[in-house]
Amino acid sequence: MATVKRTLRGKQKARRKFLRTVVLGVGVIGVSLLGYIPVVKRWRERIRPPGALQEQEFLASCIKCGQCVQVCPVNAIKLADLDEGFGIGAPYIDTREQACDFSCDGLQCVLACPTGALTHEINYSHQTDMAIARVVDEPQCLAVMGKGFKGQARGAAFKGKLRYEDVDRWNPIRISEYPYDLELCDLCVRQCPIEIRIAQCETGKPPSGDENQCPPQHAIKLETIASEDGIVRKRPVILDGCVGCGVCEMICPPEPAVIVMDGAESRGVVA
Amino acid sequence: MKHVLKHVAVMLGAEPKKPVAEDYSPEAKAMHAEQRADKSRIEAIHLELAHKAQHKTPEKWRRRRWAVLIAVNLLFVVSFQLDIQILEGALTASRFVGFHMADLNSALQVMLAYKEVVINLMIGTTTVLIMWWLLGGRTFCSWVCPYHLLAEWAEMAHDYLAKKKIVKDHPFDRRVRTVFWIVFAVLAFVTGYTVFETISPTGILSRALIYGPGIAMVWVVTLLLFEIFYSKRAWCRYACPIGLTYGLVGAVSPLKVTYNLSTCFHEAECKKVCEVPHVLDVVIKGRATDVDLFIGADCTHCGRCVDACPTHSLNLEFKGLGQIFK
Repeated sequence: MATVKRTLRGKQKARRKFLRTVVLGVGVIGVSLLGYIPVVKRWRERIRPPGALQEQEFLASCIKCGQCVQVCPVNAIKLADLDEGFGIGAPYIDTREQACDFSCDGLQCVLACPTGALTHEINYSHQTDMAIARVVDEPQCLAVMGKGFKGQARGAAFKGKLRYEDVDRWNPIRISEYPYDLELCDLCVRQCPIEIRIAQCETGKPPSGDENQCPPQHAIKLETIASEDGIVRKRPVILDGCVGCGVCEMICPPEPAVIVMDGAESRGVVA
Repeated sequence: MKHVLKHVAVMLGAEPKKPVAEDYSPEAKAMHAEQRADKSRIEAIHLELAHKAQHKTPEKWRRRRWAVLIAVNLLFVVSFQLDIQILEGALTASRFVGFHMADLNSALQVMLAYKEVVINLMIGTTTVLIMWWLLGGRTFCSWVCPYHLLAEWAEMAHDYLAKKKIVKDHPFDRRVRTVFWIVFAVLAFVTGYTVFETISPTGILSRALIYGPGIAMVWVVTLLLFEIFYSKRAWCRYACPIGLTYGLVGAVSPLKVTYNLSTCFHEAECKKVCEVPHVLDVVIKGRATDVDLFIGADCTHCGRCVDACPTHSLNLEFKGLGQIFK
């Protein structure tokens, strides 16, 4: 009698163990698949570091190690959290907070990437394609209003950095440490890394003495607006050479920025 | 080879089988018979256990292991924070003084999802494969994985609460880990996303330490609470595909925990502390088919059994070199 009871209890125990194992299996796999939602619904359109493959391939090939984060001289790259599902641990750039200003010149993040998620097929800043700039609120643009700019572009508390060649070629400094005094605001053009390179190349001094660093196309320009009141007004115009690095968005003084980055979906690989 | 396959089967979830008569070596047979006849052994065992109850032996392997685990993870942290560039990246992939390293399971996920392998990833994967083959596969788990350390603390909490009869361990069928391994491999291949990375506490914790914690820590805490209140060491025992990947590498590793039947009193102190007690099936009276045996692939070489064994019948050895560190 006792043995019968024992085997029955044994069987019941085994069945319970089997059932809770099924629940565990379904539960863990179910939780992991929740990661699909933010990706499919595109909750966050992230701007990826230079050289990033098309979004799906990028998330497939990225091993989520953050080596790109570690080599960036301006700390532009951050890693995504769990709310980005399958994108967890993948690098992105919040351009308004800290854009990529290519102050490493050699695309260090691309070189650091162990899996080719940031493709090793590119070497220069103008070959990247992170996003494309777009002027969203032209009437708020200081240049359109005919206004100059004096002071710290983003205020004293802003932590974003840029490389100023006239200060230190090798050490980017805070924008707040570099006050401006401009008759007409032209910060987006003035600080554009592509435009800076073109200007350097025109004076016969390409970055690192390497002519391959010279961008073939302009990225942004200021266009004069015909005005009747005698005030000089200009509007920013985005050109084909824009790589979406986001420096114009970061430096833009009005809040919110007049220029933003249109991100991920426009991204392809430029070889 | 037969032993290796048997150990792999047990790691994949098979229950360890009782050996049949022809499995035993003549020496082992003779020793079992001798031990059965020797009545004084029982008294000796009682004396030994009483002695052990009074003199707590220091857990020297655990101390060494924790020191290594913390040092490795700290090296990641300081390499970035102090910019000393010795060990860059995170546990999923890194560069050690410039040499590529890639976690085998993370690399596998990427290869299956992306279906292309760049040379750097191949180099990193091969380096790590050779390294952990030499060092015993799942040695990664107990000596490097940051989740393992937290899980050990959760285990202490579980054991404390279990002693007070507040919680009870609910074991799962171990075969489920093999299912997880296959399902996550298939999911990576089919969806084209590294699905497992989303919930990997190893990756989440490693990145949290190096780059700062985020909401992903909620998942890690959930796992720890589950282990404290419901099922002891559940993630490492029944779920983690990383452990299984390294286990397969370690199945043919020269680094092993070895077992010697001649000195064993079969007190099973080792099984009480083991994360994967099925690997210690040979210590049950009458089960050892040879006098000297090695412990199977699922063993993480944590050394807790080595510390717990009152008769020094278990040791950490490197084939050809004998006992490394006493």
